[in-house]
Parts: sequence; structure tokens; C-alpha cells
Amino acid sequence: MGLIQLGRHEKDGVPDVITGSLEKAINWARKGSLWPMTFGLACCAIEMMAAVSSRYDMDRFGAGVFRGSPRQSDLMIVAGTVCRRMAPVIRKIYDQMPEPKYVIAMGSCATSGNIYDSYPVVQGVDRFIPVDIYVPGCPPTPEALLDGILKLQERIMQKRVFVTQPDQVKANLKV
Amino acid sequence: MHPLLFRIQHTFSVGVTSLSEWRGDVAVTVTRDKLREVAQFLRDDPGMDFDYIVHVSSVDWPDDEERFEVVWEFYSIRKRQRIRLKTRVPESDCMVDSLTDLWKGADFMEREVYDMMGIRFRNHPDLRRILMPDDYTEGYPLRKDFPLRGKGWRDTFEFLDEVQR
Repeated sequence: MGLIQLGRHEKDGVPDVITGSLEKAINWARKGSLWPMTFGLACCAIEMMAAVSSRYDMDRFGAGVFRGSPRQSDLMIVAGTVCRRMAPVIRKIYDQMPEPKYVIAMGSCATSGNIYDSYPVVQGVDRFIPVDIYVPGCPPTPEALLDGILKLQERIMQKRVFVTQPDQVKANLKV
Repeated sequence: MHPLLFRIQHTFSVGVTSLSEWRGDVAVTVTRDKLREVAQFLRDDPGMDFDYIVHVSSVDWPDDEERFEVVWEFYSIRKRQRIRLKTRVPESDCMVDSLTDLWKGADFMEREVYDMMGIRFRNHPDLRRILMPDDYTEGYPLRKDFPLRGKGWRDTFEFLDEVQR
């Protein structure tokens, strides 16, 4: 991977030496230990559950431990139709998650409102929380969600840990 | 004629505006002032015995003189029979008697009708919006003259101003 390089193995009992970039190591640890939050709003949640269960096994990618509390999670998978009345709740839960945190908008509804172009349905969850990955589908198959997780992991690997992130700057601005 | 309709027709000489039966569905339309009387009869008469309220809903007929129609559906668990009770409500006096004291289950369903269609229920114990927020000001979403996409509420996120980062 080019992430880490093993040092020369010493046979006289001296431990192996690992050299590499600390930033890459931190990102590598973060991407392999995503803790999603159970956040099903509609039918997409069924596919999300299938993605976690034995047949698809999201745990293979280190993202299988779903938590019931936002304070123990760093990934919010918004799975389903977002009603306007739910919006402040979602924002509050998002704010309760510790940094670094990521958001996947799962399915057409969370992405754009889908066919529900009506008075109570928010036309995309990105109108009030920042979204990292959009997963298309109605609902997306578990494979599609897994692809979204992998894309998110690629994205995490590109993050700069020790400099201010552009999206952090954006989050600091009042919308 | 269905025996239920027959009994209702012979019990109420005035107030019943139409009786219909279509593929086993029995429906009675009454005037607003006779609503409670007919409902009481449906619940208490041994031959009727409608002890379970299935649903309360409403219809908007924008071109009609009496614009709204409120529909109650009842079921008798013991006699295994169903009936639909309707009454018309004009827009100018958008008020109808509540049946919550006869069937407790009417409470939330009448609140839903109030929330979605703006029909008020007289003597309802707690007539508040049930689906939309209490401070919703855009009107009544299921009325035919309400714009499908609402009036901007779905796109305003006032809570974002409170976010302190």
C-alpha cells in the first residue's frame, strides 16, 4: 500500500521498526474503524440492516459495529426519506457526534427527496448537514452501500489530519 | 335494501340525506345537526352495536357548495358489520360535532382531520395539530387549494441559526 514500511528485521531481539507518515497511519486507523450510527428513517434502513448482517457483512470493512448513540459514532448513514419535522432532530444528532465525523446520504430520498416533491419532505439531507458520500438507488442494494463505505474510506485516506479541513472551515461558517 | 339502511331510514325521518349500498359497502349521509343523534343510535342500538371506530377521514370537494365531507367508519365486532357515516361541512362554518365522547378512538383521527383539512370538531377534548408541528402556519396541507410543494416550510431551516460551532 505504500502506507508503512517495515524496518529491517533484527534477529538479536530488537523489535521491528515501522516508519511512515503519521497522518497516513491516523487516517488508516480511522478508515478501518468506522462506527456507524443506527439511523434508519424508511425502507433504506432494511437494506442497511442487510448490509450489516451475515450475507454482506459490512464488518469486513471495519464498519459493522452500529451504535445506538451519536456520541459513540463517527459515521451517520442517513437511510431514508427526511421529513422536515425530522430535520432539527437529525441536525441535533449530527452535532452530538464527536469529530471526525462523516455522513453518507443513502438512497434517492436522503440525496434529493426522490419522487416526494411535496410539502413535508426535505429535498435532500445536504440542505442542513454536510454530506460526504451519496449512494444512489431506491433503495440502494447492500453492495451499493458497501461501495459507498469503500468510497468514504478512500476519502478518509485523502484527508489532512494536521491542517484545517476545507469542510471544517465550511462547518464553522454560519449557514 | 340492506337491513341496516332499512332500519336507519325508518328510525330517522329527517336528517338522513342519502343511503347507499355498493358491493356490500353501506354508507349513510346525514345532515350536520343530526350527526350526533345518528351516531348515538349506531353505537347504542342493539341491532346496530357499532362498538369500534375504524377511521375518521375527510374529503375536499372544491366545486361543491358544501365543500368538505367528513367520513366516519364503524365496525361492530360482535355483529361483524360495517357502516360509513358521512356529513357535509361548508367552508364558511368549518365545524362539526366531535364523536370522541362516544368512541374514544376518534380522538387522534379527528385531530388528523383538523390538522390536514382544517375542519374543527366541537367539544373535542384536545384539538391540536397531530402530524404537523404546533407552530405550523401554512394552512391545511390536504386541501385541494394547498400547493403540493407547500409554501416554503420544507426549505427553511431556522434551527441552523442556533447551531454553535
